[in-house]
Amino acid sequence: MDAEMIIEILRLTTFSMTPLLLTAVGEIVTERSGVVNIGLEGIMLISGFVAVAVAEATLNPWAGVLAGLAIGAFIGLVHGGISAYLKGYQIISGLGINLFALGFVAFGIEAVWGVRGYHTPPEVAKVPRIPMLDISPIFVIAILITVLTHYMLFKTSIGLKIRSVGENPEAADVVGVNVELVQLLATMYGASLAGLAGAFLSIDWLAAITKELPAGRGFIALAIVNFANWNPLLALGGSTIFGFFWTLGEWIKNIGWLKAVIPITLINTIPYIATLVVTAGVIGRSRPPRHVGRPYKRE
Amino acid sequence: MVSQHKYVKTIIAFFSKYKDIFQYILETIIAIIIGFVVAGILMWLGGYDPIKAYAALFTSAFSFTDPYYTAMTLSFATPLMLTALTFAIGVRAGLFNIGAEGQMYMGALGVIIVAALALPSPLYIPLEFAMGILLGLAWGLIAGLLKVLRNVNEVVSTIMLNWIAFWIVEYARVYVYPDPVDASKTIKVPPPGRLPILIQGTELSLAFIISLIIIAITYYLLWYTVLGYEIRATGLNPDAARYGGINIKKTMLYSFIIGGITAGLAGVVEITGRPPSYAITTGLSNIFGLGFDGIAVSLIGGNHPLGIIPAAIFIGALTAGSRGMQIVAGVPLEMVKAVQGIIIIALAVPGLIRLVRRYMRVRRYGR
Repeated sequence: MDAEMIIEILRLTTFSMTPLLLTAVGEIVTERSGVVNIGLEGIMLISGFVAVAVAEATLNPWAGVLAGLAIGAFIGLVHGGISAYLKGYQIISGLGINLFALGFVAFGIEAVWGVRGYHTPPEVAKVPRIPMLDISPIFVIAILITVLTHYMLFKTSIGLKIRSVGENPEAADVVGVNVELVQLLATMYGASLAGLAGAFLSIDWLAAITKELPAGRGFIALAIVNFANWNPLLALGGSTIFGFFWTLGEWIKNIGWLKAVIPITLINTIPYIATLVVTAGVIGRSRPPRHVGRPYKRE
Repeated sequence: MVSQHKYVKTIIAFFSKYKDIFQYILETIIAIIIGFVVAGILMWLGGYDPIKAYAALFTSAFSFTDPYYTAMTLSFATPLMLTALTFAIGVRAGLFNIGAEGQMYMGALGVIIVAALALPSPLYIPLEFAMGILLGLAWGLIAGLLKVLRNVNEVVSTIMLNWIAFWIVEYARVYVYPDPVDASKTIKVPPPGRLPILIQGTELSLAFIISLIIIAITYYLLWYTVLGYEIRATGLNPDAARYGGINIKKTMLYSFIIGGITAGLAGVVEITGRPPSYAITTGLSNIFGLGFDGIAVSLIGGNHPLGIIPAAIFIGALTAGSRGMQIVAGVPLEMVKAVQGIIIIALAVPGLIRLVRRYMRVRRYGR
């Protein structure tokens, strides 16, 4: 383990942690407002697909990134509308988004590119790396979003409204907070960050679109939300730890003698096993927002 | 006149007795229509002809005059009934067990492990079932233990376990049980280990009957046994159930165990009962998604064992019809999965599902 190796592992971790961080920070805001969105995995997948399609059509990766954000916000509008205004079943809606995404993206890949299951964007449609450091600008954006979201959630009146709606919607309602609107916007905010994460996967880090693109990251983000006790800055730590395990798996694959001992297929299980172990180790100490997951109905 | 009056009264009595069920069926039909309309718009945006696509879908899915298509529909419904039971029995206990996918993979792996052994012919089928059930159960049990011992949210743990199962089965396919002739598959189940085909020339096997029996057993278990009562009580109101002396950790664990068994069975019947492969193919492509489709089936069927049967046949028909749709209208067959997703999103809107609401109170996330 020399310094060069450590720096390289850190550099790779900036990639693996970014989608987890964005998605987890977004979901923290959503859940702080009292809405649960387990459709994050599906949102990442759909946004990843749309980002590639738009980036290729416009030959501009940033148009793809914006499209990913926008489509995420749109799905957030649907889920938030069902959750906040229609008082719907949030878990079922989230499951529906995930199921829809699997079918829609498999369909879409074939409809747009005429191939089954796998497409890689051309170089011109990929987000350029930051020179010298060779990291993604979206990583820097994700860190900024995390810090700003933390500030917004705990130091501004908007954040106070969001937290009050998730803790005690009756009280928030009485003092004049528009509970449904806050929930809708918080859900859209979370979903758009999941959309950004999806675009990061498809036109930046992995630079490919398949129907397995998110590979469980949407659910690992849910685990991070719990792990971080609904705190964006702690989610930064959580994403680093969980992201590190993805990097570790990729790293092991490059070590010749170890690769000969452990087959790649089993190395691929590392991030999932690590998530289970870490989650089982720490959960129980965290406290969710009091009214999360339940529709707010006026008496 | 009098007799006619009596007749009308009987009809009214019948409808009011089953009002909830009729309302539920009506709401489900609304959700299904929404699903088809939205998917039709997406097809149109994608440059396809939705009218032509749906015409091809329905003529090949619901052509009950041709026994081939009916048999194919029922064969696709078979594993979905079993994976739907996994989700349904979870919901009944107040859990969102979305791990049928991984448990089903493990069940399929169990079959291949037994198929690799040199055994007397009559032993294959019982041992395949035993091993598949065991592995599916074990996979469900891990999620159950994490839930009751460490309070790990089952939505997260079951998805992680799905991916771990995926890579373990891929490992087994590549390194342990590859077909010496065709490396993209595992070894085949030997002929004595296969389930008999019910209608020759189709893919409908004895597995269909087995699935119906498992549904009947689960129905009996949920509504006519103490354990079933305790499971349903836990799902309705865990606090009241605990106060009433029910060990809710035990009932949750049983729900995971039973769900693991049925999902494992889904993997077993799909590998032992579907010609021509009788093996696990590359990327698990021949079984991928059966667990997730089961979630859709369970939700459409009101998370009720008896509702699951028509729902599974509906989704089975869509699957069978999607092949015709791809051939005739050129629409990628995954389109029907998008339809399923939209149906589920529509079902999440209350008023569209009344009956479920009573059983499935939206619980606090992570509790």
